[in-house]
Amino acid sequence: MKITFIAADGTVTPVEVTAGESIMRAAVQNDVDGVIGECGGSMMCATCHCYVDDAWTDAVGPQEDGESDLLDCAASEVRASSRLSCQIKMRPELDGVVIHLPESQL
Amino acid sequence: MSLDIASLPSSDLDPFSIDFFDNPFPDHERLREAGPVVWLERYGIYAVARHAEVHQVLNDWGTFCSSRGVGLQDFSREKPWRQPSLVLETDPPEHDRARKVLARVLSPVTMRELRDGFAAAADAMVAGLIGRKLDGIADLAEAFPLSVFPDRIGLTQDGREHLLPYAGLAFNAFGPDNALRREAMARAAPHIAWVTEQCRRENLSPDSIGARIHAAADSGEVTADEATLLVRSLLTAGIDTTVNGIGAALYCLARFPDQFAALRADPKLARNAFEEAVRFESPVQTFFRTTTRETELSGVPLPEGTKVLMFLASANRDPRRWDRADAYDITRKTSGHVGFGSGVHMCVGQLVARLEGEVVLEALARHATGIEIAGMPVRSYNNTLRGLKALPLHIR
Repeated sequence: MKITFIAADGTVTPVEVTAGESIMRAAVQNDVDGVIGECGGSMMCATCHCYVDDAWTDAVGPQEDGESDLLDCAASEVRASSRLSCQIKMRPELDGVVIHLPESQL
Repeated sequence: MSLDIASLPSSDLDPFSIDFFDNPFPDHERLREAGPVVWLERYGIYAVARHAEVHQVLNDWGTFCSSRGVGLQDFSREKPWRQPSLVLETDPPEHDRARKVLARVLSPVTMRELRDGFAAAADAMVAGLIGRKLDGIADLAEAFPLSVFPDRIGLTQDGREHLLPYAGLAFNAFGPDNALRREAMARAAPHIAWVTEQCRRENLSPDSIGARIHAAADSGEVTADEATLLVRSLLTAGIDTTVNGIGAALYCLARFPDQFAALRADPKLARNAFEEAVRFESPVQTFFRTTTRETELSGVPLPEGTKVLMFLASANRDPRRWDRADAYDITRKTSGHVGFGSGVHMCVGQLVARLEGEVVLEALARHATGIEIAGMPVRSYNNTLRGLKALPLHIR
């Protein structure tokens, strides 16, 4: 399945992933700039902050428990569509999801 | 279970011997190349040294548990040397309740509160070292964490010399009953007594991180006794590990001057330069898990109740996972290294470690023009920790 990352400067990077993979790991393993994933997905940092594209927010769903506390510490502006990309696992209905990346993560 | 039982390679390696500690890398490679799972004859245990299997074991706590100890000792058969840790040596759901308290007091919010003070302290300390010949371990890798973190934990001034020996003991205790472990145990009593006393609520300064852990007992999140044990986790794992992490970074930057030049050119790389040193040297080399049931790992059947030794350091240099695995590269995308572990037990103090590492390296990038090794480094031996006892440096 496919994820399309759109960086703050407009760079578009399509990435192929398998089901169950998190969006953070997909970005890191495919060298997508704009996602750091410093804590490896253990919900200790906010360096995989992303904005889910408006067309996909319903499919992706709301923040998990504890995400908003960490997002309070995110380096870039937090919006209604903000998520930690480590907490979004790919599943069939997310095939083709569009993810916008913030200007900075640190 | 698969019908094709993969052959199980066997090794007579002793990964807790001085010879191994002096240069573990060739043996790591042999273990990785032998197969995804290797039988260690000497201890009658299974070992994993490739990134994929180490990551898998770390992330499957249901099959590979921590509650039977994360050292060689199986707590279901032998009595642990101390009351088990509430986070390190437990499984979900018990684990999660205790972890939540530590994660909160060591959260990004706390880091924001600590950052300016830590950065100023690092700046002052590093500025004072320029132009001097010094021991990178005693004068910086130990001196910096000891100058900032015990105060924030809320410890009294007296007796802090027990901190590093206590941590050394705890990390030696994960290993087999060898000389390192026995000697540490023989000298343990005064260190244990001091640490036990320091963990009590009345001995921690108000509004310190230690006091905040105890405050979680007021709301009933944990009991008072549990809070005391959680403070102990901070004292065990919060200082020596960071010392070894900063020591590793100094050793890397001194050995690879092009990387120090890159750091000077862009001090913002300090945080990643520290992270890469944690990958490259892996201050915490190994941890064990215990199987909770019969299972299979990469085609190798494992019985219930067996110890599995994870070579974190080897996973961090597995060429299957890393390009130029043996190169220290401060611009590398380091996410996914297991130097802080992975999964539910991943180091809860990782943000403190990173903050301390970052501010020290950033100060070096700003003040120093060069770091050179000025004498023979001396290795420190521990069953779990990798680091130096002395690192003669000339910082220009």
